[in-house]
Amino acid sequence: MSKKLPSTPMLDELEKGPWPSFVTGLKRLANTEGKPHGDIMKGLLGQLEHSYQTRKGYWKGGTVGVFGYGAGVIARFSEVASQYPESSEFHTLRIMPAPGFFYDTKTLRQMCDIWEEHGSGLIALHGQSGDIMFQGCRTDQVQPAWDKLNEMGFDMGGAGAGVRTAASCVGPARCEQACYDTLAAHRAIINDFTDDIHRPSLPYKMKFKFSGCANDCANATQRADVAILGTWKDEMQVNQTEVQAKVKQLGRKEFINQVIRMCPTQALGLNDDDTLDVDNKSCVRCMHCINVCTKALKPGKERGICILVGGKRTLKVGDLMGTVVVPFMKLESEEDFEKLVELAHNMLDFFADNALEHERTGEMIERIGLANYLEGLGLALDINMISQPRTNSYVRTDGWDEEVRKWNDAKSSAAE
Amino acid sequence: MSELRRPNETGVPDSKQFMHPALVRNYGKWAFHDRPRPGVLRHVSDTGEAVFTVKGGTQRQMDIFTIRTLCDIADKFCDGHLRFTTRSSAEFMTTDETKVKPLIEALEAAGFPVGGTGNSVGFISHTQGWLHCDIPGTDASGVVKALMDELVDEFKNEEMPNRVKITTSCCQINCGGQGDIAINVQHTKPPVINHALVAGVCERPAVIARCPVAAIRPALVDGKPSLEVDEKKCVCCGACYPPCPPMQINDPVHSKIAVWVGGKHSSTRSKPMFHKLVAAGLPNNAPRWPEVAEVVKKILATYKADARPWERMGEWIERIGWPRFFEMTELPFTKYHVDTWRGGRSNLNASAHLHF
Repeated sequence: MSKKLPSTPMLDELEKGPWPSFVTGLKRLANTEGKPHGDIMKGLLGQLEHSYQTRKGYWKGGTVGVFGYGAGVIARFSEVASQYPESSEFHTLRIMPAPGFFYDTKTLRQMCDIWEEHGSGLIALHGQSGDIMFQGCRTDQVQPAWDKLNEMGFDMGGAGAGVRTAASCVGPARCEQACYDTLAAHRAIINDFTDDIHRPSLPYKMKFKFSGCANDCANATQRADVAILGTWKDEMQVNQTEVQAKVKQLGRKEFINQVIRMCPTQALGLNDDDTLDVDNKSCVRCMHCINVCTKALKPGKERGICILVGGKRTLKVGDLMGTVVVPFMKLESEEDFEKLVELAHNMLDFFADNALEHERTGEMIERIGLANYLEGLGLALDINMISQPRTNSYVRTDGWDEEVRKWNDAKSSAAE
Repeated sequence: MSELRRPNETGVPDSKQFMHPALVRNYGKWAFHDRPRPGVLRHVSDTGEAVFTVKGGTQRQMDIFTIRTLCDIADKFCDGHLRFTTRSSAEFMTTDETKVKPLIEALEAAGFPVGGTGNSVGFISHTQGWLHCDIPGTDASGVVKALMDELVDEFKNEEMPNRVKITTSCCQINCGGQGDIAINVQHTKPPVINHALVAGVCERPAVIARCPVAAIRPALVDGKPSLEVDEKKCVCCGACYPPCPPMQINDPVHSKIAVWVGGKHSSTRSKPMFHKLVAAGLPNNAPRWPEVAEVVKKILATYKADARPWERMGEWIERIGWPRFFEMTELPFTKYHVDTWRGGRSNLNASAHLHF
């Protein structure tokens, strides 16, 4: 006999209002007869209401996994299991979606059917790292659910001190501003790191994110240890007829306000005939004018990536933004992709060898200094890596002449 | 017991097998895009083919019936293809312009608001909360639902100066990340330690190492090895709680909510920025968090009325100055707004630039 739906006066308040309600969804699952999720969700609603009443969470972690992998299942056991036994085990399976979160309905329906049979029927699309979160699974159902998802062609995501599931923007699939193939780069790197995703053995987590331009729609700069952002080297592409049309549409004053004045490096001017004057040497490829004039302006043709390393949130030394370690590299040919994957492996190896326990890449670089990180990876120093030269005079410079020689050598070899 | 199945370690699948065929045809060939109306994007390729995208907001934590409804809509209008954005909106793509209107109507009839494009308030990215996390101070899904009910018109329209990205987080680790507005739990009291459990549950040196201010030290309590906290030093960050659950940081009264503003990831115009604290001490008032909604709405309304086109929240405040921001939003300014972190000196005003 199935249980009664618990009384949930506080959660009921979240069924009101115009935005789709997750509580309504939980209740739909709880009210379904003849499926395992009916009882699981009755228990879950009871525990969640208890959390709302007491303003406390009641889940604890543990160790639950699938055969062959050391990560990817987030174990949750209830601390109030005696009151809500049906949802006492409520584990999450992290599954990696295709880059760019693309689906066909056959795939999504198949996932729903699996989760209807083996889980709670609750799926988050998607978690903050970019996983499909199959939330709410009893311990004995984890392996069968995983087997079916894996047979569909999907693999488990990262957790703990390993490489994590990556995220990428929509990229060249549907964006003219993408300066490289974010989806291909995502797949190339992540699929070369499956061992480090599934069997975590790093000092701490390592995240990759892929955005096709400086707009950074994948939120890479501060959320990823390695942020790969698209950019270009040559001149921005300008369609002057479309610029004139945009000036006409906005009016001269508003075009100047919204485009010319908003340029962070004052690289733009409006000519007397309402065409655009671009000082490409001053342009920092920030994307603003291109965002406003989507028909008239486009990134240049010599496109590639820049790589920022070390982004992370507060724990433990405070927030860090990623900083530039590779200002530009082409990413078109197979060799370019191989070079990127090799660089990613070097970054991972250096991190594994040099980071302290529970230290992220950004904190490690802060501790050892960027120059040592670059040297460890064999990356060439570049002025684009700093926003200004040092201001503190306490530095030992007895290697100055040697460094000047390196700079001159690099300059002359670049000239050849 | 039957033999266990070895996993196929395949990594992420190729996106192209799931993509709408028009996206595969025009992959890397896009010429430009525009927005015919809020909630709809039009991308035109070099070949002249156009793809219309209709964006619908979801609740992120979806039951299978909701996902099947999205699938029904994608089957009916989009040849069985859809994608999701990083902020959990569902995007439906079609090459047939005549399908756009009925698609919008179908989404709205099924309860999914259409919007989230251009200079709107997008869906609030959020964390797991009481529903699933092991260390949460609040329920992100609930805070987000309550807020989106209030902000739904700003999702459906493109009336903001620039896009507004809001995030929520259930503790100070801030898995929700940077946002134009970030709504995060802020603990205000040191952890309460259950000494009987520490020795059995916690790896004590790891817990001590985790503390950012070195406030935790080993102690013998009632003859048992445990840990103690120097409560004067403690910054109530909760970093000790995940590795040591007997150090309970969550408190029904003293775990408060703080609001931060001006974070951004993009390098568009200005360099990326961290969000900055503007309000704290708000009650964790489930199930609708009205005090949080009031502060967020006030900040949004002020930004909407005063910022210039294309200024993100943080850029607008940099132009008008923080004194003006606090004046206009009528938020109190306290000693807690003054940064004390070791990198925080750069947040002090080292100039004669003053606002009056």
